[in-house]
Amino acid sequence: MMEYVPGIPLLRPYIDLDNQGFWEGVKQHKLVFQKCQDCGLFVHRPRPMCPRCLSTEKEWVSSEGRGKVYSWVNFVYANAAYPGIKVPYPVVVVEMVEGVRMISNLYDVNPEDVYIGMPVEVVFDDIADDLTLPKFKRSEA
Amino acid sequence: MSSISNKAAIVGIGVSRFSKDSGKTELRMTCECIKAALDDAGLVPPDIDGIVKHADDATDEHSVTSSMGMGNLTYFGESRWNGAPCAMVLRAAIGVTTAAANYVVVYRAANGSSKKGMGTNLRNMAQLDTGSLLQWTYHAPFGLMSEAGRVAMIIRRYLHEYGIDNDKFGWITTVCREHGAKNPNGIFYEKPTTMTDYLESKMIADPLRLMDCYVEADSAIALIVTTAEKAVNLKQKPAYILGATQSMVADTEERQSFYRPGISGLPEMGHMAGRLFAMAMIGPKDIKVAQLDDSYAPLVPMQLEELGFCGRGEGAAFCDNGNRIRIGGELPLNTSGGSLGEGYIFGMNHVVEAVRQIRGTSTAQVSDAELVLVASGAGGPASGLILGGSR
Repeated sequence: MMEYVPGIPLLRPYIDLDNQGFWEGVKQHKLVFQKCQDCGLFVHRPRPMCPRCLSTEKEWVSSEGRGKVYSWVNFVYANAAYPGIKVPYPVVVVEMVEGVRMISNLYDVNPEDVYIGMPVEVVFDDIADDLTLPKFKRSEA
Repeated sequence: MSSISNKAAIVGIGVSRFSKDSGKTELRMTCECIKAALDDAGLVPPDIDGIVKHADDATDEHSVTSSMGMGNLTYFGESRWNGAPCAMVLRAAIGVTTAAANYVVVYRAANGSSKKGMGTNLRNMAQLDTGSLLQWTYHAPFGLMSEAGRVAMIIRRYLHEYGIDNDKFGWITTVCREHGAKNPNGIFYEKPTTMTDYLESKMIADPLRLMDCYVEADSAIALIVTTAEKAVNLKQKPAYILGATQSMVADTEERQSFYRPGISGLPEMGHMAGRLFAMAMIGPKDIKVAQLDDSYAPLVPMQLEELGFCGRGEGAAFCDNGNRIRIGGELPLNTSGGSLGEGYIFGMNHVVEAVRQIRGTSTAQVSDAELVLVASGAGGPASGLILGGSR
């Protein structure tokens, strides 16, 4: 479990017109990704234009919420980590079944048990009254 | 189409001492370095009509001109991010080869040790521009903030894909410190470190150790660029700019991208290499000594691969035992010590050291250093130079 240090501000996403669909979904405990309505490309991080066909018509499509750990780092030394989170804490890149990757944290997984290829599924962590983060727990392959 | 290749040269260098506490303002260090670079070249302040600075440098152009009696500026501008060092030289070369200016000074100064600690930028998120905020919106809330952490993320994948043991990265730090131990101006003068030191250094962002990371320093650097024609009339042997380019590709981010098809390489460096070698009309085998981005040791083998010095996944083996990358080896690296063994000034010291190698004045001189490659900005917007001792 990640332990947030009281008194140090939580880092919040910068939400704008291009990415608000993603964060509104997260708030409602739904993981959604940007999908181009013209060519069907899934993209993450969100952006105003489809990098493949240059369409600005996009929809927010629900993810299956499943993926695999693509890479990870374990923050063990406070000076190299965010001071608002107690070390050690792992950060992962998850490759979703939709093909996109996202940065996240693990939920209920010990750092020593993480490995590349580990199957995971999304969970939503309400870390403050007004801040929810999509995290991942270990799942059956 | 006309290229700037072979038309401009670095003709003056000025370097402060690398220290843990300079006891000086960044502006003062900048002015002292510019004066040293002018003296080195045989120029005076009124000769300078162009300035290229770094966007993050707190020392403004007008503070420099008013401190140094420069009243004839016709060309000035900034470069950005960690890939700026070679890009600033490129911008200066563009200025002089297009006659926008005659003599352009490039500078970078930072009290990087005494003024701020490693984690300072983690607490200054509000000061970041919108572009960074957008990128970090997907990283920062999860505690992925530090450069070291972002580097560690791609390194984990690199280790995994090529079956490399991260202990091997210790050879890069060890060799850089060996070279730095010969450099009286650096932090590690007469203080080499060993593989044992490396293996005992603490893990900070697993798989990255403390001794994989650059050494914070207070320092400043200034360079003067002019045309190849003017260069021959000045005091020093010119370091001719044979190749100079910047590089960005799809999905480049400010520092490391996690979203592109592969993250175990440095595609900006690969893209850069093609153009750089074509401009200079040479190949990797012609390079006698290279100054690569060693802000984090594991980025060095990845650069060796992208720049064509070895095959994909072979960079760590290339560095194994240090014999190929130390003085006397086939490709000595970072001969002033670089960011790991001299001190961190965002890679600017690598450009200066390349000039010294061309002149034959390095404290770890490579014989026949006719062609020197410099790379900056591994993992993000990159830039590179090939300098030569003759046109």
